Amino acid sequence: MSRPGVGTVYRWELTKLRYQKRTYLGLGAAAIVPILFVVAIHFRHDRRGGDFAFSSYLTRSGLAVPLVILLFGAVWMFPLITALVAGDIVASEDHNGTLKTIFTRSLDRSQIFAGKTLAALTYAVAAILINGTVAVIAGSIQSGFNSLQSLSGTIVSAPKGLELVYVSLLVYLIPIATIVAIGLLLSSLTRNSAAAVVGTLMVSLLFQLIGILPGLGGLQPYLLSTQFNAWQGLLRTPIDWSPIIRAAWVCAMYGIPALAAAFLVFLRRDVAGG
Amino acid sequence: MTQGAVPAREADSPPPVEVRGLVKRYGEITAVAGVDLTVNVGDVYGYLGPNGAGKTTSLRMMLGLIRPTQGSVRLFGRNPMESVEALDGVAGFVEAPTFYPYLNGRRNLELLAAWDGGDAPDRIDSALEIVELSDRARDRVGGYSHGMRQRLGIAAALLRDPKLLLLDEPATGLDPAGMRDMRLLIRRLADQGITVLLSSHILTEVEEVCNRVAIIRLGKIVYEGAIADLKRGAGTTYRLETTDDERALAISRAQPGIEDVRAQNGRLSLKGEEVAVAQLSQALVEGGVLIRALVPQMVTLEDLFFSLTEGGDRVVPASEPEPAASHPPSVEVAG
Repeated sequence: MSRPGVGTVYRWELTKLRYQKRTYLGLGAAAIVPILFVVAIHFRHDRRGGDFAFSSYLTRSGLAVPLVILLFGAVWMFPLITALVAGDIVASEDHNGTLKTIFTRSLDRSQIFAGKTLAALTYAVAAILINGTVAVIAGSIQSGFNSLQSLSGTIVSAPKGLELVYVSLLVYLIPIATIVAIGLLLSSLTRNSAAAVVGTLMVSLLFQLIGILPGLGGLQPYLLSTQFNAWQGLLRTPIDWSPIIRAAWVCAMYGIPALAAAFLVFLRRDVAGG
Repeated sequence: MTQGAVPAREADSPPPVEVRGLVKRYGEITAVAGVDLTVNVGDVYGYLGPNGAGKTTSLRMMLGLIRPTQGSVRLFGRNPMESVEALDGVAGFVEAPTFYPYLNGRRNLELLAAWDGGDAPDRIDSALEIVELSDRARDRVGGYSHGMRQRLGIAAALLRDPKLLLLDEPATGLDPAGMRDMRLLIRRLADQGITVLLSSHILTEVEEVCNRVAIIRLGKIVYEGAIADLKRGAGTTYRLETTDDERALAISRAQPGIEDVRAQNGRLSLKGEEVAVAQLSQALVEGGVLIRALVPQMVTLEDLFFSLTEGGDRVVPASEPEPAASHPPSVEVAG
């Protein structure tokens, strides 16, 4: 008998996501936030901009829109959207009682876990790319597809700026992959979708909180919340790779143990209910 | 229905189910306390016990869903905890079969067939036909009745082209027509050569479809063997109605060969061989007690089940050991 593999699980996990409302809730939010943001810019009376990165360019270049959204949504919005699926993907099997159904087919648990992990990552990538693409389009309609000023003050052409936007989104995926791992761990441990989704977001916010506590400034470079801003290194001239490299290993430090723990819990757990 | 006949070429192969010393503890609670049972090729094997006796926990261990604290499970000689390959040729469900409520019935089967691999996807249509769900296959499972989900559970099991079906309470929650259909379906599958182990507390269901049973109480097997042996071992019970029950009770208890004399509901019940009962009737008449009725009672599986599982003080010896079973169908004192 030809045995199915991780690819089969992955395809069917994506199919299952296609039929679930929460998928569209997350992706819909990722798509609509940039539109609302651009509408807000359009109707803003004071068009001089705020005092945060890229804010003064919101009306000069549409390419600033995805970067501003990334700046503000990095710690809570994208982790929440990511957690909607990562926190649910195992716990919902518990809720539906379907773990016992899938564990008695021809796939071993490690294959099922791998397929679920890939599906949760795919969803996170899709949400961020949808958000970025909608932001670029809506921003360009509002403010034009114009050159962008980097954080170092140099002017970057529009095509190069577009490239930087997407590379920034890719870099942002490093901490988001860690959020996926944490979501999977909480999903496997709590067996409760709501608890896992909220818990994942709380972990993200907790890191943020630790970062602002007095006396803990030395921890800042090693907190997950700091890595959410590593993409900003790309927008300096020359590119500052140090936060990106640090994000890679710091995120691995959090993500790999979380993923390994999730895997072990998934592998060894008794399916006693449902 | 196949009655446990073992073809010669299969006699040396490992049995479909072989459970030895199976124990499952949850902290202080022992859910399963040393279960031994053997299901042979062709058996339709009933796994009986009251709620909470350990049936479902045992089945979960057989399917590799939970790890035994002690003991072993072998399905066709393979350990389901070691690899998923041990479940090749095995299918079934524990408690109610479960599906993705947001997918339709066919889509659920497509998913499970994909996860089974091989030619399982080619069996979807026939499985739906067998369980008579073809017309509702495009409806979301979330809208299915309990009976439809049970049937879809059987269809999902059939996708695996099983040689062994493990079904946990397959008729629970079904209406009388659904229960009849489920019995017919199980019989039909058994006739096709599928070995079936089904847990149940619906005794009529088990009596109608099973040839062998194990009865579990408080996590321990109190009987394993053929239903016929169990009934034979129980002896024949008689109902006695007389003009003077009090005196009849005393005479019966003193009569050699008469056992287990009880007064209940205004009549007596007793056990004994035909000859002893004939002698009793003579003794009653000689003792001045007139017999209104002396009627042999059919012992049902239900009677035996309750005597074994409700902590009664009777010993119900089985008359012959089951040759294929490693454990003879002896019965412990219940209680």
